[in-house]
Amino acid sequence: MFGLGLIKGLFVTFKNLIGPTFTVQYPNKKVGLIKASKYYNKNPFSLFKSRPLEGFKAIVGQAVIKEFPDQFPRFRGQEFNWFEDRCTGCASCAKYCPLGIIEIETHPGENNIQEGTSYDIDVFDIDIGRCMFCGICVEACPFDALHMGSGFERAIEKREDLVISIDELRSAEKRPSTWFRPQIENSSYKPRNEEIEDSHDVGRHEKPSKEELTERWVNER
Amino acid sequence: MSLRTEPVTMNVGPIHPSTHGVFRMRVTFDGEEIVDVEPVIGYLHRGSEKLAEERTYTQVVTLTDRMDYVASMTNNQSYILSVEKLAGITPSPRGVWLRMIAAELQRIASHAVANGFLINDLGAWHTPLLYMLREREKILEMFEMLCGARITNSYLRPGGVFMDAPDQFWPALNRFLDEMPNRIDDIERLLTTNEIVLIRTQNVGVLKKEECLNASITGPVLRASGVDWDLREKNPYDYYDQIEFSRPLGEIGDNHDRFLIRIFEMRESLKILRQCIENIEPGPVRPKEVPFLVRPPKGDSYVPIESPKGELGFYLVSDGGISPFRCHVRAPSLINLTLLKEMVLGDKIADLFVTFGSIDVNMGEVDR
Repeated sequence: MFGLGLIKGLFVTFKNLIGPTFTVQYPNKKVGLIKASKYYNKNPFSLFKSRPLEGFKAIVGQAVIKEFPDQFPRFRGQEFNWFEDRCTGCASCAKYCPLGIIEIETHPGENNIQEGTSYDIDVFDIDIGRCMFCGICVEACPFDALHMGSGFERAIEKREDLVISIDELRSAEKRPSTWFRPQIENSSYKPRNEEIEDSHDVGRHEKPSKEELTERWVNER
Repeated sequence: MSLRTEPVTMNVGPIHPSTHGVFRMRVTFDGEEIVDVEPVIGYLHRGSEKLAEERTYTQVVTLTDRMDYVASMTNNQSYILSVEKLAGITPSPRGVWLRMIAAELQRIASHAVANGFLINDLGAWHTPLLYMLREREKILEMFEMLCGARITNSYLRPGGVFMDAPDQFWPALNRFLDEMPNRIDDIERLLTTNEIVLIRTQNVGVLKKEECLNASITGPVLRASGVDWDLREKNPYDYYDQIEFSRPLGEIGDNHDRFLIRIFEMRESLKILRQCIENIEPGPVRPKEVPFLVRPPKGDSYVPIESPKGELGFYLVSDGGISPFRCHVRAPSLINLTLLKEMVLGDKIADLFVTFGSIDVNMGEVDR
């Protein structure tokens, strides 16, 4: 019968109409009282007491809460995480970058035992505007100093701001992605929830201490 | 008495919602009938083959993602197989199984996009397309678990993959394998017996067996015309020789056959995925001795694979250095596009876009 297939198809459409929704209402979602009190982690009465405006909005289903899509710990995002005390200034990241957007300038450090073992970094610029987030610089880093970030909300007004300077890298939030860093992945680490302050936790290779370097380069010779 | 009409030449594209990217056709119409079609390509040319010559073998992996951006995993696979043959690297078994899983997931995602946009071109506004994209979204989330990116993956490395799958990947994959057959059933219930789809696609854009073989068409377009040619079976790469699957064949070679072949292949990919999960064994995903800078000896290599769109292969020439001396891509989209004129001649204007959508062309791969 002509039209039977159409009816069969409309049945599928109807099933999807009343089924669970898949859409994430990023960044803001309008919810009612129950979900709002769950979001602020309070019961409805104390929600009224502490945030009366939100409470009244929630009664008519207009309370605004934040909603994010699922993000997985290996997500390669913006704002590179750089741990300065792990970095030796070897510039492997700059060499292995397919686009050549990392610029490093170093000079021999003050406390270097022998030239070539310790460098102080003057310039560490990453031109995010041309970065394609392939993560090869992170893969190349021999001392686990550079990590991919996990952010994705980094709209910038000026083109000059797209170049991340060494000060921005120092002051950035340390929420490294676990891309190519299995040592962070083994724990139950989620970049959105926690920050890693201690540079000791992020590395599988240890940066040699001054005593070890003295032993290796001065005493043995 | 018949009315005599003047043929009119028109430009379709390069920026047109139904040309799947920046593709331009110079079409001559006689009334509603198509008299001549001349494809004009090159609007998305980025010179990937030339760029590959001045990058190391690992860095080129990132360029292959951007060729066919709907199926980056298979692009990576083809390139990596070519590098491994060139450098004589034996990959780790677990890495090979993981990249087969990734490639089959990518095949499902790519076919979902192809079928969804085919129905979108038919005029069913976004509803069936969004059902397909919803399934693709689950696959992209699994890719994000695997490698941190959804489309530009760069997951594979010479010798296997860069990192083992995380713990949360396997439950997600099993859930996907359980759900997906029902979803494909839904899609079939919605579309395969729909009278409007049948009228618009059956006996439109017919491609005969001989025409296909003459123009070296590959992939689902070739199988829809009734030629049993699948490189996974005829020239097995990776561990496809240990896996059993059937290859559906079409009869007429019209748009509806191509649509059905893609849906059947999605089911076959699910079967392959189940076998991969059974066979996968613990171990390293990449041999330790493979260096970051691969230095293959002098020579050349070409390993064709069955990508979602057809035979995809990277021809690499090495002069013993750290970067390829020459890189050439055999892109299935470009070669499948050559028969567009033969397919649409004599059809109506509206069928032009349907036929074009049924070839499943990706402009990033055509122009590279």
